[in-house]
Amino acid sequence: MNNEQFNDRNVSNDYFLVDIEDYPTDGWGKFKRVIKRSFRGELFVGLWVVLREMIRFDIHTVKYPEEKMPIGPRYRAVHEMKRLWESDTERCIGCGLCEKICISNCIRIDTKIDENSRKEVSEYSINLGRCIFCGYCAEVCPELAITHGGEYENASDQREHFVMYEDMLTPLDKMKAATQLEFEGFGAITPHEDERVKKTPLAY
Amino acid sequence: MSKITINIDGKEVQTQEGEFILNAARANDIFIPAICYLTRCSPTLACRICLVEADGKQVYACNAKSKDGMKITTSTENIEKERRAIMEVYDVNHPLQCGVCDQSGECELQNYTLEMGVDSQSYAVKDVDRSDIDWGHLHYNPGLCIVCERCVTTCKDMIGDSSFKTVPRGADALEAEFKESMPKDAYAMWNKLNKSLIGLTSGEEMLDCTSCGECAAVCPVGALVDTHFIYKSNAWELTQIPATCGHCSAGCQISYDVKHTSIENTEDKIYRVMNEWNYVSLCGAGRYGFDYQNKVESKDKVAFANAVEAFKKADTIEFTSTITNEEAYILQSLKEKLGLKLINSEAKSFQTFLNDYSEISGTKLYGNNLQNTHNSNFVISVGTALKSDNPNARYALNNSMTVNKGAGLYFHPVKDPIIEGLGKSIMTVSHAPLQEEAALYLVLDLFGNKEKLPSDVTDYLASFHSEKTITVTETIKEEVIEIVKVTKVNEETGEEEEVEEEKKKMVPKKVSKEVQVDDNRLLEILGADDNFMEALEKNLKKKDTFALIAGPDLYDHPNSKNLARLLGLIEKYSDFEITMIPTLTNSLGVALICELDDTKGSFTVGYNVQADFTLSALGDGDLDMPAINQQEGTLTSINKRVNPTNAAIGYKGYELNDIANELGLKAKNIVDYTISLPTASGFKAQNFDDLPNHYDNDGSEHRGYVLENVKVKTLSDESVEKFSDEKLTLNQGGQATFIIYLANPVRQFTEFTHKTTNLDEVGGLYMSEEFLSKSDLNEGDSVKVKSERGELIVNIVSDNKISGDIALLPTFDSKINSGAVISGYRFATASIEKV
Repeated sequence: MNNEQFNDRNVSNDYFLVDIEDYPTDGWGKFKRVIKRSFRGELFVGLWVVLREMIRFDIHTVKYPEEKMPIGPRYRAVHEMKRLWESDTERCIGCGLCEKICISNCIRIDTKIDENSRKEVSEYSINLGRCIFCGYCAEVCPELAITHGGEYENASDQREHFVMYEDMLTPLDKMKAATQLEFEGFGAITPHEDERVKKTPLAY
Repeated sequence: MSKITINIDGKEVQTQEGEFILNAARANDIFIPAICYLTRCSPTLACRICLVEADGKQVYACNAKSKDGMKITTSTENIEKERRAIMEVYDVNHPLQCGVCDQSGECELQNYTLEMGVDSQSYAVKDVDRSDIDWGHLHYNPGLCIVCERCVTTCKDMIGDSSFKTVPRGADALEAEFKESMPKDAYAMWNKLNKSLIGLTSGEEMLDCTSCGECAAVCPVGALVDTHFIYKSNAWELTQIPATCGHCSAGCQISYDVKHTSIENTEDKIYRVMNEWNYVSLCGAGRYGFDYQNKVESKDKVAFANAVEAFKKADTIEFTSTITNEEAYILQSLKEKLGLKLINSEAKSFQTFLNDYSEISGTKLYGNNLQNTHNSNFVISVGTALKSDNPNARYALNNSMTVNKGAGLYFHPVKDPIIEGLGKSIMTVSHAPLQEEAALYLVLDLFGNKEKLPSDVTDYLASFHSEKTITVTETIKEEVIEIVKVTKVNEETGEEEEVEEEKKKMVPKKVSKEVQVDDNRLLEILGADDNFMEALEKNLKKKDTFALIAGPDLYDHPNSKNLARLLGLIEKYSDFEITMIPTLTNSLGVALICELDDTKGSFTVGYNVQADFTLSALGDGDLDMPAINQQEGTLTSINKRVNPTNAAIGYKGYELNDIANELGLKAKNIVDYTISLPTASGFKAQNFDDLPNHYDNDGSEHRGYVLENVKVKTLSDESVEKFSDEKLTLNQGGQATFIIYLANPVRQFTEFTHKTTNLDEVGGLYMSEEFLSKSDLNEGDSVKVKSERGELIVNIVSDNKISGDIALLPTFDSKINSGAVISGYRFATASIEKV
């Protein structure tokens, strides 16, 4: 095997060493360091900024959680599983490409053969504690099934935090109301796709 | 076969005269694309993608033989055009839903389509309905099939079932314009492809074969898939664990493909078994019988303490040979340390047989292996129900006949339609049980070097021969002189006149003649056909490599000593090289490592045997042990190889090494003992971690190491005993009895294979359909089998894989205590009555 890609770490020589003082070893030296760091005056720089903005009454922050900013369509938050417009069935075919491409290894998929001899997803989970929301899964999905949604409030009391298939699937009432949103991020169909596709001859 | 040098793409390559160019290239890491060719099988010539240019002429690399000094170019402009067109053709009407195909990721169609850079399609034809077909343990999807016929080829050339053939597809003919516009080979290949699909030879709806699944393994696309694996996992999610199959003595290399069980359960599970099908072919047990692990949740401290106590108290250990060499070594060490007795009847008789054999042959082990049997062209099998005792030996027999134009001779009392169906050049002799000696005498008589054989043996053999006078009707041609009248024109007179002329004519005439011919009484004893000698003579033409497979029937034979000595004589004084089938997985290893005793003591610890205290990898004992797929260790195979195997899935309980450590042996891991295996028996002092387990591209096997065939002292006495006429027959002492034979159905070997979910053979008394139809017994009847030894109640199972009058009693099902009726020699007479 060729190790070239591992050996070439693509590092330039522009690095320089930061000038760091030696750490104090005795008690007096440590005391001096504390005093020096505490009363350097930088603290007041920050306090002044706050005070200044308070007086100006020109505040740009959003009052979260009462107020929320709108999310762009290409934002990558918690995943969603889309359904087919025509039949309301799941788009996911269980190909497992998302599981393969996931760089943080947080997707797992179980499949089986269903009563119609089709491949069926029996269980699907994403460990959001591991997910880095890179969007590869949505990009690789051949069926536009797994996408990112706008739901970013997924704080959890545990590091491991799973979403399962049913949680991600578009609810059927939403399909009935035709309010399922298409994903417009990476992996979605780009405009003018029809013109760029090379078709295979299917004379029959 | 001489070494020659050929030149492939400017690289000088050493190969054998007559080797296929493709194999020569592969052995030297030169890539030639090929889809339909299987190493060890005959070329199919379906895909035509292996086109190369040899000495300026286009040939197919898979069937063109190398000649000295040949210059080969693997790629020219025209060849590239052909290959691209062939791949485009394969992609015509092939579904694009790779996401839901089980072969995705290891699909040769995917690979070659990318390799040839097929990014557009120039051909089209109207598709026909190609719906899925369920063939039982296999699932055929004709929509995905590219009709490379690898399944047909392997089933015929390797396995010998010949279950598949090509059937008409019923598609429209290709458009005429393609013939002109397409590259020549691509068109010819498409023309054939468009006319055929794969179907069953039997014409039945379900597959009825020996269910090895080799066809699904060799399928380059997802057309043939194991039913148990459909849509279970993508290939790339599976971790491949190189191992050795633990079911029989063939010791095939397999890889356990493991992955977590499910999202909830992260424990590893075996999803399937794969093999390097170019170099090793599996049987159904190896392929489908993988989940025989002993699932143990935690260490049972109480049971462990009891086990240690039991070992301290015991004076005997009884065990079966379904253990690794290292475990056998521990048992032997315990014997030496604690003065225990080791009991293992099946390994003991094999050990004794080998010792008796080596007294004449001069080597501790038999000389041949299955690899050489594959490559020989005349194979004899004696004393084994080949298809179930060691399926790989059967593949070797079949492969030698199909690929090397060989012939076979199968001696066995049980008539076997599978063996008889291997081809025209197999001769089967179904002799009476107990007459195995006659078969070996016949081999000595026919093939032994009479000048070198000890004179008393030669004399004894001669005593079977007599001259007999038979009347033969021959057709000879006789010259007859006829006088015919011919009308001729007299040249002088110009008139027509009749002239008498003499004419010679050959007239066929039947003559009865009395001829003195040699009469071999051995043939009569064995019950061979009348035309046996003629057929044999025909089959022996152009044969130069001879192999003999001897099986477990001989080891427990009452005259096993004489049989062993006869085999020794055959090895020494004939061209036959001998392979012996060890009875169980590691019988050979146990026979070489352990000193076995004959009689039990008063308190017995059993390992996989029910005893006073039982250690069991089957999960039914007092203390659980890991099964072979949960252990590291080595297994000694029929090929005299010490093969390493790895643990496929975890085991949380105690193992034999823990007990041994408690009893005073010291080793951190059980594989620490690999290096200490006895070199005096031929083992090598090698660390387990240094043992390789793979095949090279040229097919050379790098698995563990080959046992050294240690030289032993020979006895000057090479005499063999005369054999008795005693034999088992259906009528003994005027009473109608049955002959029963201790053998398992194909795919079953031990309780371990029985435990697996995919092997669903039902245990019972197996009777051939022919036999059942002429008796008053029916399938499903509960019968009492009574022999001299004891009796047993069992259900009758109809078996179409045997014929004749002998019933088979299995050993794989512990519910059927076959030991109650048969012990020792595998045949016995018994009465069978309905209950």
